Parts: sequence; structure tokens; C-alpha cells
Amino acid sequence: METLIDLALLGLLAVTALAMLKLRNLFAVVMLSGMYSLLSAGFFVDLDAVDVAFTEAAVGAGITTVLMLGTLTLTTSLEKVSTQKSIAPFILVLATGLILVYGTLDMPGFGHPEAPIHHHVAPRYLKDTPTETGIPNVVTAVLASYRGYDTLGETTVIFTAGVGVLTLLGLARRKEDRRP
Amino acid sequence: MTHHPVLRVIAKFMIPLILLFALYVQFHGDFGPGGGFQAGVIFGAGIILYGLIFGLDTAARVIPSWLLQLGVALGVLLYGGVGIASLALGGKYLEYGVLAHDPVHGQHLGIFLVELGVFVTVASVMVTIFVSFAGRER
Repeated sequence: METLIDLALLGLLAVTALAMLKLRNLFAVVMLSGMYSLLSAGFFVDLDAVDVAFTEAAVGAGITTVLMLGTLTLTTSLEKVSTQKSIAPFILVLATGLILVYGTLDMPGFGHPEAPIHHHVAPRYLKDTPTETGIPNVVTAVLASYRGYDTLGETTVIFTAGVGVLTLLGLARRKEDRRP
Repeated sequence: MTHHPVLRVIAKFMIPLILLFALYVQFHGDFGPGGGFQAGVIFGAGIILYGLIFGLDTAARVIPSWLLQLGVALGVLLYGGVGIASLALGGKYLEYGVLAHDPVHGQHLGIFLVELGVFVTVASVMVTIFVSFAGRER
């Protein structure tokens, strides 16, 4: 049953991606990319990565879609037809994809108990989290405590993104300010 | 969007639930999935929805831009401040155990504070980016 759901979700992902390639109406493309994110979120739930699914649904399907729509209001909503058709980008993408697929062949099976990731620090986190932090959700304990430096770094990345946008675009000034 | 009564009514109904759910994700992160980042994004999305439906000027009355800019920096400061506090109390940087008499309580307090920092920064940045994009004239 799970394999069936996986296949259905991955198939829908592929269909959505192909539709995005074909469409010229950027409004529809943005909506489809939101759908793509929501489908990936569903896929992550099926992989038991609920935290990632949460983030994907909120950021990918929610905020990114709104931001892209905001960008569309500043530009046009119709993609320009490109005049030159070149086979080189297609070959490049195909080759990169094949190399990536080839790379996965060496990876251990999904959830395989002998996988290296289950033998490094993960067992210690799973064993000691309840006694050391008293927090039932190991993901939260790892993110905020054991890997606190990384999360601080990630928060700084978000901070930097905000400062970057503020520097480049600036907060919208109220109408009264614009017309003195 | 003054001509869309259905959108306005539904949004008015949904926004409190979205904000409440964000707070639930934030403070229930110790037990369930989610944490500061997810809660911040959901909270930001709630505010963005408000701005979309009722206009940026109305949203700016709820959360003025100085508050947004303050929030962007305040969250990171809070996170780093917890690290400084644990240094001052004789521990290592971001070693929460020294924050309270009992190490487990210290961990609880530390994780609560840094997650709050993540929440404040993420929510503020999300709304800031939206306001910056949407507020530009064509």
C-alpha cells in the first residue's frame, strides 16, 4: 500500500513538473509549483519525515507561492517564447540527472539498519535524549540542543536573507510618505 | 480585494486559527513535530494572508515596519544571547545545562528560548520579504 502511495505521489510530481515545462502562462506555473511542493510534502509524510513535510508545506506551498505571485505582479504573467532552440541544455540536464541516479546506486536502502547514518551519533541521541534533556521529541532536542550551533547558523542565514531583501528593496513606504 | 466578500469572510475566520496553530506548533514542539522554524513560517503566513486580503496598509497597522525590523534582529540576538548567558554562567557556548540548577531544567529553558528566537526571526523575515515585494510599485 505504501509503495502504491509513493508511486502515485511520484507520478503526480512528474506530471506536475512536465506541465510546468509546457505551460507559458506563468500564473499557472506558479500555482503548479505550489502544488508540486504540497505533493512533496505528502511524499515526506509517507517517508515519516513529518518535520520536513511541515516545512515544505508551509514554505514551499505557502510562502514561496505568494512571493512568486508578488513577483508576477511586478513583471508580466506570460513567458516570452524563446527563439533559439538548443539541444545542449537538454543534454547537460540529462547527463547531470543520470550521474545523480548513478550516485544513488551506492547508497544503502531506505531505512536499512546497517546504513552508516544509524551507527554514528544517532543511537546516542536516541538513547540519551530523554535523560539529558527531558524532551520526548528527539528531533527538537537534536536541532536545538545537540546541534545548537547549526541551528544558530540557519537562523543567521534567515536573518541575512531578511537583511538582504531589506537592503535591496526596502520596506514598502506608506502612501502618505510617498506623496509629501 | 474589497470585492471578494467570500475571501474576506473565510480569511477572517481562518487567520486566528492559523496564528493559534503556529503558537501550538511552537510550544508543542517538545512533544510533536515542528518547532520554531515551522511555527515562524506558519505565523508569518497568517500575517501575509491578512496583508493579501485586507491590504498592506491595514497589515502595517497590525505589525508596523519598525516592529518587523526589530523582530528580524531580536530573534538572532536572543539565540546568541542564550549562548552568551551560558558562557557567563560558566558553561560552554550554548550549553543549556548551566542555565538552571538542574541540568534537565536548564536544557528545557535553553531550548525554549532558542526556539523562541528562531520563531521571532523567521516570522519577521517572512513578513518582511513579503512586504518588500508586495509594496513595490509597478
